[in-house]
Amino acid sequence: MAQNKAAPPKTSFFAALMRNQIFIPIAALLLLTIFNLIADPGFFKITLSENSNGDPVLNGYLITVIDYGSELAILALGMTLVTAASGGQDISVGAAIAISGSVMLRVLCGSDARAETMQAPIIVAFLVSAIVAMLFGAFNGTLVAFFKIQPMVATLILFTAGRSIAAWINHNELPIVKEVSFSYFGNYFPGIPIPTPFFIAVICFIVTWALLKFTTLGLYVQSVGINEKTSRLNGLNPEMIKLMTYVFLGLCVAVAGFIKVSRLSTINYSVIAKDIEMDAILAVALGGNALSGGKFNMGSSILGAYVIQYLTTTLYKFKVNADALPAYKAVVVILLVIMSAPVVREKFAQITKKLRAGKAQTSAAKAASN
Amino acid sequence: MRERSLLEMRGIYKSFPGVKALQNVDFTLCEGEIHALMGENGAGKSTLIKVLTGVHVKDEGEIFLKGHDKAVQIRSPKDAQKLGISTVYQEITLCPNLSVAENIFIGRGEGNMVNWRAMNKKADELLESLGIAVKGSQQLASCSIAVQQMVAIARAVDMDCSVLILDEPTSSLDESEVAKLFVLMRKLKERGVGIIFVTHFLDQVYEVCDKITVLRDGRLVGEYEIENLPRVELVSKMLGKELDDMASIKSDTDGSAVDMSSAPVYEGKGLCSTEGISPFDFNIRKGEINGFTGLLGSGRSECVRTIFGADKVTGGTVKMNGKEVKITKPIDAMKNGIAYLPEDRKRDGIIGDLSVKDNIKLALQVKTGFFKPFSNAKATEFANEYIKLLDIKTASVNTPIKSLSGGNQQKVILARWLLTHPKYLILDEPTRGIDVGTKVDIQKLMLKLASEGMCVTFISSETDEMLRTCSRLLVMRDRKLVGELTGDQLTQKTIMDTIAGGEKDGTE
Amino acid sequence: MKLKKLLAMSVSMAMCAALFAGCGSTESGGSKKGDSDDGLIKIGIINNDPNESGYRTANDKDLKEAFSKENGYDASFAYSLKNDEQIQAANKFIQDEVDYLLLSAADTAGWDTVLKDAQAAGVKVILFDRTIDADESLYEASIVSDMAKEGQTAVDWLKGQNLSEYKVIHLQGVMGSAAQKGRSQALTDTAAAEGWTIVNEQTAEWNAEKAQQIVQSVIDSGESFNVIYAENDDMAKGAVAALDKANISHGVGKDVVVMGFDCNKWALEELLAQNWNYDGQCNPFQSSYIKDIIDKLEAGETISEKTIIMDEKGFDASTITQEDVDNYGI
Repeated sequence: MAQNKAAPPKTSFFAALMRNQIFIPIAALLLLTIFNLIADPGFFKITLSENSNGDPVLNGYLITVIDYGSELAILALGMTLVTAASGGQDISVGAAIAISGSVMLRVLCGSDARAETMQAPIIVAFLVSAIVAMLFGAFNGTLVAFFKIQPMVATLILFTAGRSIAAWINHNELPIVKEVSFSYFGNYFPGIPIPTPFFIAVICFIVTWALLKFTTLGLYVQSVGINEKTSRLNGLNPEMIKLMTYVFLGLCVAVAGFIKVSRLSTINYSVIAKDIEMDAILAVALGGNALSGGKFNMGSSILGAYVIQYLTTTLYKFKVNADALPAYKAVVVILLVIMSAPVVREKFAQITKKLRAGKAQTSAAKAASN
Repeated sequence: MRERSLLEMRGIYKSFPGVKALQNVDFTLCEGEIHALMGENGAGKSTLIKVLTGVHVKDEGEIFLKGHDKAVQIRSPKDAQKLGISTVYQEITLCPNLSVAENIFIGRGEGNMVNWRAMNKKADELLESLGIAVKGSQQLASCSIAVQQMVAIARAVDMDCSVLILDEPTSSLDESEVAKLFVLMRKLKERGVGIIFVTHFLDQVYEVCDKITVLRDGRLVGEYEIENLPRVELVSKMLGKELDDMASIKSDTDGSAVDMSSAPVYEGKGLCSTEGISPFDFNIRKGEINGFTGLLGSGRSECVRTIFGADKVTGGTVKMNGKEVKITKPIDAMKNGIAYLPEDRKRDGIIGDLSVKDNIKLALQVKTGFFKPFSNAKATEFANEYIKLLDIKTASVNTPIKSLSGGNQQKVILARWLLTHPKYLILDEPTRGIDVGTKVDIQKLMLKLASEGMCVTFISSETDEMLRTCSRLLVMRDRKLVGELTGDQLTQKTIMDTIAGGEKDGTE
Repeated sequence: MKLKKLLAMSVSMAMCAALFAGCGSTESGGSKKGDSDDGLIKIGIINNDPNESGYRTANDKDLKEAFSKENGYDASFAYSLKNDEQIQAANKFIQDEVDYLLLSAADTAGWDTVLKDAQAAGVKVILFDRTIDADESLYEASIVSDMAKEGQTAVDWLKGQNLSEYKVIHLQGVMGSAAQKGRSQALTDTAAAEGWTIVNEQTAEWNAEKAQQIVQSVIDSGESFNVIYAENDDMAKGAVAALDKANISHGVGKDVVVMGFDCNKWALEELLAQNWNYDGQCNPFQSSYIKDIIDKLEAGETISEKTIIMDEKGFDASTITQEDVDNYGI
């Protein structure tokens, strides 16, 4: 008995990692890395060159991953909380990005879609778009929390209408921001060789981390997601907490929308952030979080988001057609679902147990012979 | 196999991460026998039942069934069902959104076509023969927990089982319903069905059972004929030590310690909620233990829920220590130092996926505030303190609460509320579905807390538990407060008379 | 508690109002029952969602202006990117007894039954922008752009640049669409004939973001290229964003030739600024052609040529003028 109890710590690090949900995205990351190493190690080359403004910038596939994965990672933050608290997903984030991006350009360009200079400071435009995005988040949240509508159904409304609203905000015109300083946020700040979206994403991670660290949000969200009745009896207000997660997602949407419109300095209402809601949900799932709500791991979701971009970039590199990408993602989803199924996990646990038992026997035999 | 034996389990082992639930357990059930399976929390009763019914697959051991030459393999509940093993679990495992008839016949694969009328008729006949007053077409969720339990039994009975397992079937039934169940059990016994009866009610064991098998800490203690095992011995075998005499609890609870001169800690007037109880007055003083009693559905839980603000409060005034306060939702009550351990542990008590540590800190954390989270070290310290104090059996503070046994889950919830250092503690059925040892622990704890000046309101369906601890009882009937008993009135007979509505003994 | 609920209610109400306002703006001239005794010609127009692209927005605007009440028309509009919804709308228009049904079909197949119904009901059908797989007798005329011709004009221009070598990144539209097929075919054929290198040929689904990622991927791989042939302006814009990021010069007299289609105003401005090299027109202004046909039919004439191909231009950055931008930019 005593020996048995003493044994675990030896294998604990790997075993603990295996049991931790972050294992899933890490495993996916490793698989992709191994594939790329074998197929073409050039994937990992990073070079320093000068861009058209004469400023130094880093180039390479890995830089592309952290650059283009930013919006997704930021959305994954909010989507994780929404999923955990309400046991459902917001499918309107793509449409909401169109709206917040449209609002932003409306403020920047004023009434003239071809304005030569920005009509308002970028920060003001961002704040206005953030408020609008959070209001739409509150709209979704209200439907889910107070009217008890299933999240997917509730957000279907905005999913359907969002892009039309976005077009209406700018009277169907496609405004273009001509000042180059606006494009810094989706590209590079002069003199800084790392893409700005990555910095924005990191700031979002830090803010979210601080929110989870210095408030009880994490505990509340998980409690509400697991057992609403108990949460209420422990003094929580489940409706407000759900609403809060949707408003938070709204803020994430505004940031992601900001990056998106800054990348091209313009917007296309029908295709901006197209299908990004599916990727954001996939990021949450790939992070090993239950889509039915409850416990969550934020780091795992973020990693999940970058793994998806990693996969996308890898597929682009091997010239897989863009319209075939969803098929590859579907394969990932299938693998994921199978891997997280209780039956498979149990089998896996049995196998590792047997392996360990075998090891224990041999070591016991050694000890005996000594 | 022994002669006449229906079922033999030999050398059963089963372990879960961090817990050895069963170690070398044997169990034998004969034809036409009601066999009690006894043991404390986490003794392995539920695990043994789940191994037998295929919910868990055993690690080692053999199971023999009558009519099978070799050991049988049970890998899923379906296997068990095919072998004639049926179960009624402690917690209702039916589908509340389906009708009673559907619940009785669901998943039994008699063709794909469903003839609703025939099914409802068959269900009605079955329910009538068992004396259950419910229609097959009624939705299950609209029935009381007691009726739901009876439906679950009816379903099992209808499946022509040779082995019927009743896992805590009586914990949510009132006395007349229990009597009906016993009639039914004896009927089945005559037909040769072997019944495994898991319960915490000793009276019931001695009323209907033929044999007792006792488990402790996942091991077999022994199998006994009922007449050879007096109660005291049974309890001591379950606990593994001589039981403190229960009577000794009573001595210092005559209510004299309660200071009647001071203002009540809690005083409510004309309280009512959306749950349809008539407005009632209620107060409690420092150091007092009182209780609500009444039949199931009489409104006793609804009263305490109103006090805590768990249901929507629609009227009444509340004074705490003489000062008027407003309590309309749980957080108000918590801020005023009230704590409430709810009746339905699974639904209202635990946050299943969260760890023991998080479950313990939850209420205090909410009370402390959104911007003041406890550090991990602090939360672990809290958890360890109460794990030690209440003797909670858990692998670690990070174990999810749902993997603990019922009694230990209850202790965690208790720990959660004790951590908030309440002035007034409400315990609604804290002893339901848990073992004798924990029941005694909880009662002792209540007395200790009261002696330190806390007020406690206690609800239990076991009247003697309340008589042992309470100095004042409020009697409910048909969602109305009908009487208040103190001192010499605190006897079984007076309580029964008041509940039944006798004018002469009641204090209406 | 009550206050909070009230607040929640009012917030959602306000949102709903906003939603309806949003929807309202895309619908217009709601179909009115009743006959056209007031002398107006009653037409039903089925089009794709005007938010789909700048082309569609311009197209929709053109139709709305042309078929207004002032001009003697009673027009109703229905928008969808889905064939089945369009067919539903067509059935509704037939029930409403419109005189003419103008159709830009989402999909080429599946229209036979509806068009036969229309014929039976005496509704005359005119196709615009997109053709369908149906017998010619089922419609009066089809006014289309010749995508293959647009592509060929562009490729011929590219050939005329006499570059020392041709290394082309080919950004395709949504695979299978008429525009993609026509514009891709011209390049594929000529590249094979002339021995041009196609560095990368992928669909970016008309999407600037995807185009940016595809070009980024080629840049990351280190392969060299000197032409970007994007099948619409959005994708060209995405490609240019990737070039800018990596310090690759583009435009007139620079390292990379940038080609786009559709003649968005902002794209023509890029041409004017010498940042791009070529933009092919896809004429969205079909209303004048349609009007001609309706006038002829109303006068009892017959239409001799069923398929009418619109005039379309290609603009070269070295010759484009501000006047062109104002006249042809959409």
